[in-house]
Amino acid sequence: MSKYYLNYLDELESEAIYILREVWAQFENPVILFSGGKDSILVTHLAKKAFYPSKIPFALMHVDTGHNFPETIQFRNDLVEKLGVKLIVGSVQDSIDNGRVAEEKGKNATRNALQITTLLDAIETNKVDCAIGGGRRDEEKARAKERFFSHRDDFGQWDPKNQRPELWNLLNGKHFEGEHFRAFPISNWTEMDVWNYIKRENISIPSLYFAHEREVVFRSNSWIPVSEYLKLEEGEQVEKKKIRFRTLGDITITGGIESDADTLEKIVQEVAAMRKTERGDRSDDKRSETAMEDRKKQGYF
Amino acid sequence: MEINNNQLLRFTTAGSVDDGKSTLIGRLLFDSKSIFEDQLESVSNTSAKKGHDGVDLALFTDGLKDEREQGITIDVAYRYFTTPKRKFIIADTPGHIQYTRNMVTGASTANAAVILIDARHGVIEQTKRHSFIASLLNIPHLIVCINKMDLVDFSEEVYNNIVTQFEEFSSKLLMKDVRFIPISALLGDNVVNRSKNTEWYQAGTLLSTLETLHISSDINKIDARFPVQTVLRPQSEENRDYRGYAGRVASGIYRVGDEVAVLPSGFQSKIKSINAGEQEVKEAYAPMSISMTLEDDIDVSRGDMIVRKNNQPEMEQEFDVMLCWLANEAAKPRAKYTIIHTSHEERAIIKEVVYKMDINTFERDKSDPQLAMNDIARVKIRTTRRMMLDTYRENRNTGSIILIDENTNETVAAGMVV
Repeated sequence: MSKYYLNYLDELESEAIYILREVWAQFENPVILFSGGKDSILVTHLAKKAFYPSKIPFALMHVDTGHNFPETIQFRNDLVEKLGVKLIVGSVQDSIDNGRVAEEKGKNATRNALQITTLLDAIETNKVDCAIGGGRRDEEKARAKERFFSHRDDFGQWDPKNQRPELWNLLNGKHFEGEHFRAFPISNWTEMDVWNYIKRENISIPSLYFAHEREVVFRSNSWIPVSEYLKLEEGEQVEKKKIRFRTLGDITITGGIESDADTLEKIVQEVAAMRKTERGDRSDDKRSETAMEDRKKQGYF
Repeated sequence: MEINNNQLLRFTTAGSVDDGKSTLIGRLLFDSKSIFEDQLESVSNTSAKKGHDGVDLALFTDGLKDEREQGITIDVAYRYFTTPKRKFIIADTPGHIQYTRNMVTGASTANAAVILIDARHGVIEQTKRHSFIASLLNIPHLIVCINKMDLVDFSEEVYNNIVTQFEEFSSKLLMKDVRFIPISALLGDNVVNRSKNTEWYQAGTLLSTLETLHISSDINKIDARFPVQTVLRPQSEENRDYRGYAGRVASGIYRVGDEVAVLPSGFQSKIKSINAGEQEVKEAYAPMSISMTLEDDIDVSRGDMIVRKNNQPEMEQEFDVMLCWLANEAAKPRAKYTIIHTSHEERAIIKEVVYKMDINTFERDKSDPQLAMNDIARVKIRTTRRMMLDTYRENRNTGSIILIDENTNETVAAGMVV
């Protein structure tokens, strides 16, 4: 008799596909939150498998801070065209122009927290009842408490102390008008799992994840890319370094690491030897001990 | 870790603040080198601020703001680590009686439960409660860690007495595989590294036990059950007639050509093709997510179950379950609930509370028909239509249900078919 068990990557894949199909079956108008980062690319890849030979039945929703890596936007547009899915863009710049939010002031100002309003507005205006995210429980301690199906009240808020219990594989997506859900199909994946799977499936990802030469400045212990939005501070110097990014977010706050890993094989090896968490290079999480928890309660990704 | 055929093992740990649960998890993560530098730095700083000598391992499992302030676990938290042999998911659940619902949640998908006993105190009520829940939820493997062995001079006698105590009370429970390990989570004895202080103990450390438990047969591979989640009907020209039934195999094995029946209708057909993603495969088994097509054009939709012609579940409209009440609000007599079983949804009432279980003494109480938060009771349920059921003992995936309150949409109860 051949073996009748799955290896861990196959089991994670099967679990994620199950959750994506539950989303489709239980909700009227679900979308995939697409940032152009590897996790949302992975979720999109899994959705393709879940509904094959049908097309992915979800639109991709991108919350655009306006501070993008040009490579990410190019990648997003190509993918949308290839899959034949609808793209919905929620623009933080529009939210600022409409007076829905105001730019942060001060030295470490970012548009990170502003995304919450834009995201919730986009969910409301597009009548989205479930937004599928690439959040993983290993990323951060508040995310470690997330359910696969996570309820948001009519203010878009998360109440971590009062979550629906999730037993076996039985998912309860019932909700009232105005409320919505977030679904996290890759909750149980770690960074290492994601990279191993991307390598196994040969999933294409933005070139930013591979080591490349770039102009950067050293700030908060990581290499921040030079862009039109970056204001140099006193004493900071632009240098040319061979770097790659472990996560992709707002270009003004996403730090790269020095690396020679320019293939998926080398990235997998490098990640396996890493001694720092991937969000260690994200200044949005360094603001306080509870930075992520506070943002998530308000409706963040 | 490179790609390999390693399996995934899910285990749950239940315990309270003082029995060393957080320290044990911290120790497992730390000694298996799953802690990153920035996490270690942050925990070292906090340990120093609190005036601890060295690193307080328990801080690695710190969660939400309120949990840190009160030093307790409120909700299930999931942790991950990988060794060259396996990937592990820990469902870290609080142990207090008011958190029974979280323990049940963590236990529902676990291959193994790790139960901690403080060597100085032996078996206490909480140990019995945790063991009862592990047995009720039919967790295939139970690992009893007798912790704080350093505080009883690593005494074999103390250890043996606790093993005897445990075996005495647990003889009333149904457990397949129970192991005992003397450990010190604080000092690391027998957690990842073998202890020099317990030469009288011959079996494996906690980690090596977790790495070698035989879990391939934890899922029922005999009774083929395939609940249909959704029907795939592509709009494209070349797939005009394609109807794929998508779902996750709950148990058993399916092969192309198998003679199957679709329940509840009972219509019969043969499996024409099986797909795992884009890949066409000849066979599929639990827990694979697949889609299948049938030879005949019959009506199949979400909530139906495709099974083998000659191996079918019971079709019942009235049945008994062991119910764990999860909601703050007590159960309302004769109230209607939504019942979810696999992908099948109906309405249900709780017809009768047969008895309630005292989870500390394992005694049955037939005098109290009220169901309040954290109560566990045997009840009779009646549903609007027939459900396709197996007993929970035989099949975790097709023997489990939840109830949803139609007024609040909350999940209010979890049940196991008896």
